Parts: sequence; C-alpha cells; structure tokens
Amino acid sequence: MAPPARHRAQAIQDYGVIGDCRTAALVSRTGSIDWLCWPRFDSPSIFAALLDDDAGRWSIAPRAPFRSERRYLEGTNVLETRFCTDTGTVVLTDLMPVASEEDKRRHTFPGHELVRMVRCERGEADVDMAFAPRPEYARRPPRIRDSGPLGLRIETSPGLLVLRADMPLEISDHGEARSRIRLRAGEVRYCSLTFADEQPAVLPPLGRWTQDTIERSIAWWRDWTAELTYDGPERNAVVRSALLLKLLVYAPSGAIVAAPTTSLPERVGGGLNWDYRFCWLRDASMTVRALFGLGYAREAEAFVSWLLHSTRLTRPELRILYDVYGNLPKAERTLDHFAGYRGSRPVRIGNGASDQVQLDVYGEVVDAVSYLVHEGGTFDRETQRMLSTFGAYVCRNWQQPDHGIWEPRSGKAHHTHSRVLCWAALDCLLTLHARGHLAGIPADMFERNRDSIRRDVEQRAWNAQLGSYAATLDGDDLDASLLLLPWYGFAEASSSRMKQTAVRIKEQLGAGDGLLYRYRTGESPGEGAFGVCGFWGAEYLALGGGTTEEARRLFERLVTYGNDLRLFAEEIDPATGDALGNFPQAFTHIGLINAALSLQQRLEGRRPRARRTFSPDAAGAGQPVHP
Amino acid sequence: MNWASWLVWGFASTVVLTTVMAGTQGVGLTRMNIPYMLGTMFTPNRDRAKVIGFGLHLINGWLFSLIYVAAFSVWGGPAWWKGTAIGFVHAAFVLTVGMRIIPGFHPRMASEQQGPTVVRQLEPPGFLALHYGVRTPVSVLIAHLVFGMILGALYMAPAAHAMRVLTSAS
Repeated sequence: MAPPARHRAQAIQDYGVIGDCRTAALVSRTGSIDWLCWPRFDSPSIFAALLDDDAGRWSIAPRAPFRSERRYLEGTNVLETRFCTDTGTVVLTDLMPVASEEDKRRHTFPGHELVRMVRCERGEADVDMAFAPRPEYARRPPRIRDSGPLGLRIETSPGLLVLRADMPLEISDHGEARSRIRLRAGEVRYCSLTFADEQPAVLPPLGRWTQDTIERSIAWWRDWTAELTYDGPERNAVVRSALLLKLLVYAPSGAIVAAPTTSLPERVGGGLNWDYRFCWLRDASMTVRALFGLGYAREAEAFVSWLLHSTRLTRPELRILYDVYGNLPKAERTLDHFAGYRGSRPVRIGNGASDQVQLDVYGEVVDAVSYLVHEGGTFDRETQRMLSTFGAYVCRNWQQPDHGIWEPRSGKAHHTHSRVLCWAALDCLLTLHARGHLAGIPADMFERNRDSIRRDVEQRAWNAQLGSYAATLDGDDLDASLLLLPWYGFAEASSSRMKQTAVRIKEQLGAGDGLLYRYRTGESPGEGAFGVCGFWGAEYLALGGGTTEEARRLFERLVTYGNDLRLFAEEIDPATGDALGNFPQAFTHIGLINAALSLQQRLEGRRPRARRTFSPDAAGAGQPVHP
Repeated sequence: MNWASWLVWGFASTVVLTTVMAGTQGVGLTRMNIPYMLGTMFTPNRDRAKVIGFGLHLINGWLFSLIYVAAFSVWGGPAWWKGTAIGFVHAAFVLTVGMRIIPGFHPRMASEQQGPTVVRQLEPPGFLALHYGVRTPVSVLIAHLVFGMILGALYMAPAAHAMRVLTSAS
C-alpha cells in the first residue's frame, strides 16, 4: 500500500467529540480521530494530527470520494458519521464506552477503550483504515507488534495500547497498521482500541460483545439525559451542552476540564495557543448553577466536593487552575517538534497562568459552595471555617491589583470584575450568616469591607464620560465581563448604569449579530468574538436588561453559531462563523445553559435565578434583588 | 518449627513482597497486578477483585513461606543468603511455569491461541510475564528476592530460638 498522503488539519468546527468522563477524542468529519490523550484529559497525546500531521491519527473512511454528514445519536455522546459515495453509504459509529455500576459488577471491562463500528447501509464501498498512533506527543516512533488473536500491541511508557479489529491488518514500516475492506449492504466491522496502564489489559471480544457495548453506552447516556429538567427555548442545544459538560467531567474526582484540547489557536497562525485541559476556578459558580439548574445535583455536588478538596493545599490562597486531582499543573512547556494547528505555534502543554493572581476566584468559589445550602444542604464545621478564611483573605487583599478574568500576560491591574467578585464573596458570606448557615464569621469586618468595595466600584469604575462601568478602576476601556454585574447581584440589570453599560458594550465590543468581543485593548489583536460573552449578553437581557422577546431572539441567534453538532469552541470568527480556540469549550456551553435557564425562568414569569444577595433592610435575612 | 516466628515473618515478608510489587506497578515498571489477577478468578468486578485478590495474595504468601521454612530446616537452618537463593528459584518458577499455565485455570483470562471471548478477556501474561511490560521479570525477581531475604534473615529456627531463650534466662 502507498504511504499515507499528507493532510491539512480540518476546520475546528469540523470536529466532533466523544468521551467517557475520563478523557475525550476529537473525530473529524472525514472519520479521522485526530486527538486523543490517555488515560486522562491532560495525559500525553496518542493521536495529535490536529496539531501536527505526523503526530498520529486513526482514520476510517471510504476510499472513493464521499460526502459526509454526522450527528450524535439522540441523547448520547455516541457520534455517527455517514459517508455517501456513488456506490454506497457507509456509517461510522464512534464512542468511548461507558457502563453503569451494575454492569461493571457483572462484566469485566477495559479501563479505557475506544470503539469504532463501520457498517454499510446501502450498496457497497471500499473502506480504508489507517491506524498511526504516535504516543507521548509523538516524541518516539512506536513499535507495533502483531500478537495474533490478542491484537496489535504498542508498548508505551504510560501503558499498553491494543488494537483489535475484525478485518485484516497490515503493519507498515512507518509505524502504521492499514486495512482495506469491501463492505456490502448490511455488513459490519468492529474495531476496539484499549489502553492499560495499571494492570493487565482487558481485551474485549469483537462482534456481538461490541454491539452490546455500544447499546450499553447508548442506554447509559440516555438514562443520564432523561434526568434533565430543562424545557425552554432551544432545548436540543441545551441538551447537547449538558452532554458536553458531562463528557468533560473527570468522573473519579468530579472536576470539570475547560476543554479537552491544547493549543487550538484563538487566531489561526498566531501564538495565542493555550492548554485548556485543566479546571478553572473562574468557572465554578456558573458551572454549579448550570448543573443544579438542569437537575444534575449529583454532578454539581461532586464538582463542589472537588473544589473543596482541590483548594485544601493552598488555602486561604486560591490558584486559578488545578489539574483533575487538585494539583497544580506542570510548568508550561512548548512542543517545538509540533507544527501547530495550521501553523499556529507554539504548541503549549501545561499552563503558565496557574501562577497568576485572580481575586475574582474567591467570589466564584464562595458562591459555588453556597449553592449547596440553596439546594437544601448544610455546611460542616470545616467548610464553614474555610469560607470564613476566604472572607478574611478577601478583606485583606481586595484592594490589590490582579491579572483579571482573562489572564493577560501583560501584568496586573485593578479590574472591576475582580473587585465586584470580591464584593460578591463577602455579600454571599453575609447572606449565609444571616440565614444561619455560617457561624463564627467576623460579620462587622466583612460588612465594612463589602460596603467599601461597593463605594470603590461605584466611584472609580463608573466612567461618566464613557457613560459606562469600565474594565478597570479609573479606566476608559470596556470589558464584556461587566455584563455579569447583575448576575452577581451587584447591580440591577434594569438600572440606569447597567443599561448604559450594556449599550456601550454593544457599541464598542459588538462583533455583529449579537456576538461580542471580550475586550479591545490590543492584548490579542485578531482574535474572534468570545463565545460565552454573547451568551452573557443574552442572559443580561433575560435578567431584566431587555424584554423577554429581545432576550429570546438574541439567544436563538447565538445558538446558530454552534457547529452542525451544536458544539462551540472558545471563540467565533465573526466574519466566517468559524470556530476558534480550544474545542469544544465548557465555558461557552455553560454560558449557553445559564442564558437558557434565565430565559426559561423569565418566560415562565419566575424570578431569574442569579445569585441571591444580602439585604440589610430585610429583617436580617438575605433577599433576592432581581425583579 | 517455630510457629510464632513463621507467623510473624511469613506475614511480614508477604506484606513487603506485595508492597514492592505494587510500588513497581505504581511507578510504571510493570502492569502485573497479582491481587487483581487472583481476584478476577472470582469476580469480574474490578474493585472487588482487587480486595479479594489482596486477601488471597496475603494467604498465598503466608503458605509459600511455609515452604521456605521447610527448606531452611532441611538445609541447616535459615540464613539471609539461603532465603535469597530460594526466592530466586521461586521467582524463576513463577515467571517461567506459573505465568505460562495461569491462562489454563484462570476463568477470565484469554489464551494466546484463541484470543478473548465474552468471559475470558484478561490479557495473558506470556513468557516471563513480558506482556505486562518488559521490566516485569525484574520487578518479580526483586520482590521475591526480598521476600526470601527477609524470611532467611529473620525467621528463627527452633534451636536458635531455644538457645536465645536460655541465654536470656541465664
């Protein structure tokens, strides 16, 4: 067989994602798995053709020219790609199997598996398979050994890869295994790739067993989706966002990674390429609200448990990101042997932002933890002590500059958003105290500082000349994160200052059609509109900044910017609609879910469920301030 | 035979052997996990298999140490080097014979000839257990040498025990 032709990485939105709540793989529209890290999200890659053509892929597709369309099987993360050729139609089903605890008690399963099923639906077609693993970020060429009925084995430092397929496999000198088969209508072939790191590999048989594995996984995902309680606008998009969020949960710890990829560029050809395979505290409060709001209390509580666990070692200081087990990520490094996505270099692993100071995370973490009592739980003594130390830390440090929500590498500043989140942390603690959930806090000190922060923000962040709150105290720039002020209960969405701020943001940060840039400071020229910011705009309207119809129209427009699988990256190119940045991104989908929840509540005439705030006038009890 | 000494040092040497094996597995030298392999003979449940297997492995180790003690008694008493030598033979036997025959009696282990089935899915160890990583023989050998060395050095034969009792009494 001829050596493989060189490929060009596909557009980011041309990928779909499959996963098993431990790691994820990206599958292209042409049936190629171009990204997979095993055994967990931030492990070294096995397939990374997304970032370098020689960094490994596993493709299955018809030999003849084809047109492809794809979809997720309803209510699942099982991806189906349909290839139509002149002679026949072939359907490729990709998944990383999941199983219930009951099933795990009854059967032996591999710890990590990726299953591919190819089926001819109509006519006949020649199908090519090319399996080219490049473990450990393609640092060493792999040696593929044929072990007969036990499959093809690739020993790597992290573990053993085993490929089994019910088709003839030919090992080439290029560290590849290839196969070509002719499929006729009704014929099916299965492939199973397993990874074993800690114990002897489990090698599942092919055929009926694989079919059962697929059906078990479909049932598992559908059982999970059936728990979703949302029934508002764009339900399908919300379901997909929920499924993505679940896929990005690292089940053993409850952590949620920001995205399964690294170094997909915010600007194609540029250097804004970061590793997002970690967990950001910044997203905490919104994540918990999204999960509780959709009816997934179990996942929300697991995430809060992870928050409490992961921050234990650094308390009262909080880092802005942790790995899935609450450790600090390894030092940021570049993979200089990778060409980068369409030449976007460098490719980074690890994240240097972990050393930054972000004061907003205190508000996020306190607010996220407070959801436990909003949902009927209680705090144990240790949690109460922890919350109190966070409050004391905020009182000591809120006047300091920080790096801010967007983690620029240009230095610290007095960010309005961070200061408002410091206010939100203290206000939330006072609310919990007033309701009897939190004892032993220095309430007078918290109250004094909270009121000082409010004065500081209202006096120094409000720019009368601009007619808006500004991104930094005494500054002139805008920032889309200011749309969150009503969400945190700092300002009424319908207040004059917020309405003016929203108008200015739309004027100066608007990218057309409801999309928003996060800022315009020259920090990252050429980057796209920030996906989550558009949804913040829609939620601002739903919270009272606009009419219900305005909120609904904007939300429905924004949802169309997802790809054909309803997946969003971090950013959107306003000119082309292309996805930019790491993909798919939890933060954008969390923004979508929260906007949908607020919109649903508004449509039903209920009070949108943003953060509840402390109100000293309400007989000592915290009261919601939202209309 | 000094039963008390066997009970204590047979148990201690088994704990050390298990720890060495788990340690080498933890640092990625091998995927060999004897408790898991033993436990999956009784249950397909991964977590339960490890617990059951751990208990079985401790009992196995204790019983095997009886053979060491028996060997010491016919070989002129215990010594660290004798224990180490028996440990070497033990490891060689496990790697060459034990690993080859285990797919024959393990109900959930696949065979190299037939491949996996619905019930038999566990990867067989192969010659010298090399399927579980090329450093597996080394880690098995080290663990068994340490096992034998501890028993040889610390197990006290009845005569020596009696001598020590007499000395301390006088």
